[in-house]
Amino acid sequence: MNEDANMKLSLGPVLFYWDRNKTHDFYASMAEQPLDVIYLGETVCSKRRDMMLDDWLGLARDIARVSSAQLVLSGLTLVEAASELSSLRRLCDNGELLVEANDMGAVQLMSERKLPFVGGPALNLYNGHALAELVASGMQRWVPPVEASGQLIGHTLRQLDSLEVARPEVEIFAYGHLPLAYSARCFTARAENRPKDDCQFCCQNYPEGIPLLSQENAPLFTINGIQTMSASVSNLLADYPELVNAGADLLRLSPRAEGMEQVIAAFDAVRKGGLPPLAVDGCNGYWHGQAGMLRAEEAGLC
Amino acid sequence: MHLVCPAGSLPALKAAVQQGADAIYVGFRDDTNARHFAGLNLDDKQLDKGMQLIREKGRQLYVAVNTYAQPEGWSRWQRAVDQAADLGVDALIAADPGVLGYASKRHPQLKLHLSVQGSATNAAALGFYQQRYGISRAVLPRVLSLKQVKQVAASSPVPIEVFAFGSLCIMAEGRCHLSSYLTGESPNLCGVCSPAKAVRWSDEPEGLTSRLNNVLIDRYAEGESAGYPTLCKGRFMVNGKRFHALEEPTSLNTLDLIPELAAIGVTAMKIEGRQRSPAYVEQVTRVWRAALDSYLKAPQRYAVQPAWRQVLDGLSEGSQTTLGAYHRAWQ
Repeated sequence: MNEDANMKLSLGPVLFYWDRNKTHDFYASMAEQPLDVIYLGETVCSKRRDMMLDDWLGLARDIARVSSAQLVLSGLTLVEAASELSSLRRLCDNGELLVEANDMGAVQLMSERKLPFVGGPALNLYNGHALAELVASGMQRWVPPVEASGQLIGHTLRQLDSLEVARPEVEIFAYGHLPLAYSARCFTARAENRPKDDCQFCCQNYPEGIPLLSQENAPLFTINGIQTMSASVSNLLADYPELVNAGADLLRLSPRAEGMEQVIAAFDAVRKGGLPPLAVDGCNGYWHGQAGMLRAEEAGLC
Repeated sequence: MHLVCPAGSLPALKAAVQQGADAIYVGFRDDTNARHFAGLNLDDKQLDKGMQLIREKGRQLYVAVNTYAQPEGWSRWQRAVDQAADLGVDALIAADPGVLGYASKRHPQLKLHLSVQGSATNAAALGFYQQRYGISRAVLPRVLSLKQVKQVAASSPVPIEVFAFGSLCIMAEGRCHLSSYLTGESPNLCGVCSPAKAVRWSDEPEGLTSRLNNVLIDRYAEGESAGYPTLCKGRFMVNGKRFHALEEPTSLNTLDLIPELAAIGVTAMKIEGRQRSPAYVEQVTRVWRAALDSYLKAPQRYAVQPAWRQVLDGLSEGSQTTLGAYHRAWQ
């Protein structure tokens, strides 16, 4: 009953800062996985320069030699400095790859160029009317905000239908640490008592970020430079039937430092008709309209 | 530079008018605005009265319909926009592209300001809202350094409003789901952050403890002053150390920056705090009116008076203030 041969699997952009070698090794392995879409590029901090635009484009060409996955270039989320806007403009002008817009600045640049784009999870689109505005600007695929519930996503798509606007593809963040917030402040540098302007790229020492715990040692968040992520790994595999019902065309798996091959294999088995697990580790509260950190029990039975 | 002041009630609105606010911003009594707190905001009658006073005194009224609409509630956001237009407000402050689209099509005469919740931090993003919806002003998020404000203002297609004083969001506004991650309610969708109903205080052997949906946010030793458990301002454990890992309880205060913001060409300065008391609005407005007037009268001789600072410190979280992201070292 869960079989949906059309469900695609995507690999989101790496949200952490890995060095060049680790990045290349990671994608060499990912190129061999059953993925339909691979997102590349830096979305968190413009100071992370081990991989520049040309490096990402080169990597994309390498991946394309062994994989048939669609390759997409993801843009920066918090675009503040004039230099960051110039980089974003170059990314939008890359001339090869589809772009994921994570800021309305990227939406505007793509729309001016009359090029289609993916609307990333950092765009605040929560209803059909807002979605229609972005579709009119060229959005062909929508990744809902991570705090959106399955019900909200379903209602939003039905509202879009009622406006007689064709649906974009829908890609749901189904696995990984949830990107929750962006700041001007670098919390990794703060944790190491360094000024942001002399950060020494210390986030590269933490391939899965730094855990932030409560004083009772409950894991709450993950510090990743200027980004704050969930401590728990979100995992919607047990909710697979509902993902299908809500209208998902793609499931986004967000890279972790280790074990992505197994994660992809588990999702791949279910999309090919395998039974979803009754429960998995990690959180899925947002999907069920609850606090994001919670795990809705036995969600797979619903 | 215009002084834009908050009002969560009619008495606060009157206080702001009396103390010399150029514009007062308010919200309706529902989740269409980002200060959807119990007992806060103005009903229809109070809005009519407030509007009357504002017109008599030649000031401006802005209405914030600045949360993101959810599909089932869409008619509420539509109604809020219609109501603001019927009231004849001087501007509607909004963030949702759907709401902005509706307002610009249905009420082309209604002036639109992009809310800080719209998270527009660069000229291209501002261009999107200006070209599609004809916004006539934008409020910048509190994440930009002064140099970046200058760059954005210089290339912005619309006049810029910035935050002058008040509680400090350390995350880019509109780009923070921390509250919903812990409590299920977020600024974007519910107009609240760290909602009061999720807060629990308890006297525990280890000290006075604040929790948000059962998660420990902070714990205070005897004699330490305790603050509202806004989750980004708690003390947490990182790499084995207990500290304010994200931000300390502090408020933004930019009295020192008035000359620089004026030179940049900032159009309006905004005071945060629709959830605060009429007394807060009265005191903050008085200080800022005096500061802006003093600057206008003699820009070269402008200096922050200690008395102004004293009043504002007393109204700040943790009784301390910061220049926030405007000052690069804060970042």
